[in-house]
Amino acid sequence: MTAATVPSGDRDRPMRIVVCIKQVPKAEELQVDPKTQTLKRVGVPSEINPPDANALEIALGMKDAHGAEVVVLSMGPTSFDESLERAVAMGADRGILLTDRILGGSDTVPTAYALSETIAKIGGYDLILCGEETTDASTGHVGPGIAGHLDIPQITYVSQVDLVDGKVRAKRTAEDGTEWWEARMPCLVTVNFGCNAPRDPSLTGKIRVKRGGLVVHWSCADVGIDPKKVGLLNSPTIVAHVDTVKLPPRAGKVYRGEPRDAVRQLLEALLADGVVPR
Amino acid sequence: MTSVPVLEDKSHFRGVWVFLEPRKGGLRDVSVQLIGMARRIADRRGVSLTGVLPGRGVEGLARHAIGYGLDRVLVVDHPSLEIYRSRPYTKTMADLVRRHKPEIVFFGASKNGRDLGGRLHAVLETGLAADCVKFDLDPEGNLDMIRPSFGGKSLAHILCKKHRPQMASVRRNVFVAPPHDPSRVGDVVHETVTFEERDLDVALLEFKEFTREGGLRPDEAAVVVAGGYGLGDPKAFEMLQELADLLGGAIAASRKAVDSGWVPKTLQVGQTGMTVRPKLYIAVGISGAVQHLAGMQESGKILVVNADPKAPLFETADYGVVGNLFDVVPELIRQLKALKASKAAASEPLAAVR
Repeated sequence: MTAATVPSGDRDRPMRIVVCIKQVPKAEELQVDPKTQTLKRVGVPSEINPPDANALEIALGMKDAHGAEVVVLSMGPTSFDESLERAVAMGADRGILLTDRILGGSDTVPTAYALSETIAKIGGYDLILCGEETTDASTGHVGPGIAGHLDIPQITYVSQVDLVDGKVRAKRTAEDGTEWWEARMPCLVTVNFGCNAPRDPSLTGKIRVKRGGLVVHWSCADVGIDPKKVGLLNSPTIVAHVDTVKLPPRAGKVYRGEPRDAVRQLLEALLADGVVPR
Repeated sequence: MTSVPVLEDKSHFRGVWVFLEPRKGGLRDVSVQLIGMARRIADRRGVSLTGVLPGRGVEGLARHAIGYGLDRVLVVDHPSLEIYRSRPYTKTMADLVRRHKPEIVFFGASKNGRDLGGRLHAVLETGLAADCVKFDLDPEGNLDMIRPSFGGKSLAHILCKKHRPQMASVRRNVFVAPPHDPSRVGDVVHETVTFEERDLDVALLEFKEFTREGGLRPDEAAVVVAGGYGLGDPKAFEMLQELADLLGGAIAASRKAVDSGWVPKTLQVGQTGMTVRPKLYIAVGISGAVQHLAGMQESGKILVVNADPKAPLFETADYGVVGNLFDVVPELIRQLKALKASKAAASEPLAAVR
C-alpha cells in the first residue's frame, strides 16, 4: 500500500491541488417510470457530480488567490472526458482519466485504492479535494477511503478552506455545529454540496481544451494498480438484487377550488383522522 | 499499514458490534437506535452484541449503554479520543477489529460516523454499505444490507460475502430506540490503543454550536412544514414558520430551495439532506423529485399543497390541496387560529358564556 509523503522542502513550486470528480446523470432530469417504478436513465444528460464541482471551485479559488496547479482526476469510461474537459475549461490546469476495463464494477474499496494509487503516481500533491458524496451512489466513502489509503489527514464536510502558515484551515459542518479544523499538508478535504457557485467555463479555457493534450488517459498498468485489487470480482460488496419499493397506498384526498372551502374540507378531514387534535 | 487478507474461513469472525458515538455526555440517538436493531441481528446469529465506545471518561456512559441491550462495551479511554478525530478513531476501530474479529460492525450515518466508516473500510479493505434502512440474514448467514438505490424508489440488497467484518451505516430515525433497562447486566472491558504523533496532527480550533432558530429541528419534530422552489421567494418561509409554530412543528426545505440560498442546508430533507419521519409532513410548493421522496416517504401522513395538479408528490399524498400556495397556506393558518381560539373559548366557561 502507498505511504505517500510529499517533499516539503520544495517550496518554490506552486502548490498542487488534486480534485477528484465523477460524472453523474443530471439529478433533476431523472424521472421515475410510472409503469416500472424504476429510474429512466436512457438519454439523461450528464454533469460533474455537483459536490465535486463545489470542490473544484474551492481549488480554482485557491489558485486565483495563492497560485496553484489544479489537476482534476476521474475514474471511469472515456465518456467522462466531457467532465474533465469542462473542468479544464473552468480553469483546471490538466485532467487525468483513469480508464481501464478491469476497473468496471469496482465498489468504494477498489475505487479508493485505485484513485489513491493514481494520486501517488501524480505525486507532489499538497491538497486533495473531493465532493462530500456523489448524487448517484451517495455513499461519501471514497474521499475518506483515499485519505485512509494514503495515510494522510482528512477533513470532511467542509465549506471553506484557508491556507494559514502552510497549513490548511477548514470550516466543517458537523452534526451539531460548525467546526474549524487545522491540518498539515498533504491532506484530503471533502467539500459540502452547494457551498459555493461553481464558475462557468471561460472562452480561453474552452480554447485551451480545443487545442488538446490537457486531458490524458491512464490505464491501470500506467499507474501500477494491482489488477487483483480492482473490479467487480475484487470488490467486497455485491448488489445481490434490487427490489422495487411498493410504498403503502395513501388516501390521496385531494381538495381543489375556492381556497376557503378547500382548506375547510381539508381541516375537517385532518380533525376526523386525528392528525390535528380537536 | 497492513491489510486484512481475504479470508476463506470466516468462522472465527464472531459477534456484532455497534460504534457508540457520545454526544454531550450521553449517546447520540442514532447509536441507541442501532443497539435495538443490532440486538435482533445478534440474537438471530446466536452471538453477543458489543458496543465500542472511544472517548475520555466514558466508563459511566458505557455502563449506561448496556441498559439498551448490549452484552458488553469495549471502552478505549484516552485523552486523544476526547473529541472525534478521523485518524485516532480510525486507528482505534481498526486495532480493535483486528484484535477481536467481529463479523458485523454498525455505524450511525452521522457526519462523524461516515467520516470514520469511509476511512476505516479502506484501511481494513472490507465492505461498507451506506444508509441502510433494513437488515436481514441470507441463508448462509451473511448480513443482507438493504439500502435505497438512487432516489429511494427501489431497494438494493448488498452482500459482503468474502470479507469481514461486514460493515453498514444507518441514518438516524430509521430504527426505533429500544427501552432502557437499568438492571441489565453486561461487561465493561477496557482496551488500550497507542497513537503515533502523526495520528494526532489534525486539531480542532473552534466549535460553534448551531443556534436553534425557530426551535425544533425537522428530524426531531412531530410536524414538519417543508417548502420548495414553488415558494419563489425566501420570505415565504416566514409563512411556513407560522404554520409550523401553530402545529408545534419545524420547517424544512427541498434541495432546490436550499440551492437557491433561501434557507440553510441544515434544513434540507432528501437524499443529500436528512431523513425525517414526522407524524405529519406538509409539503408546500415541492413537486416531488425522487431525491426528496427518499427523505420523507416514511412520514405518518403527508399533506401536499401545490398549484400544479400534476405535481408527482400528489401521488404520495394522504391529503392534497391544489391551489396557489399564497392563498392556501394563509387560509390554513387563519382557520387553524380560529380553531385554536374556539378551543380556548370552550375551555374557559366564562368566556364561553360571553
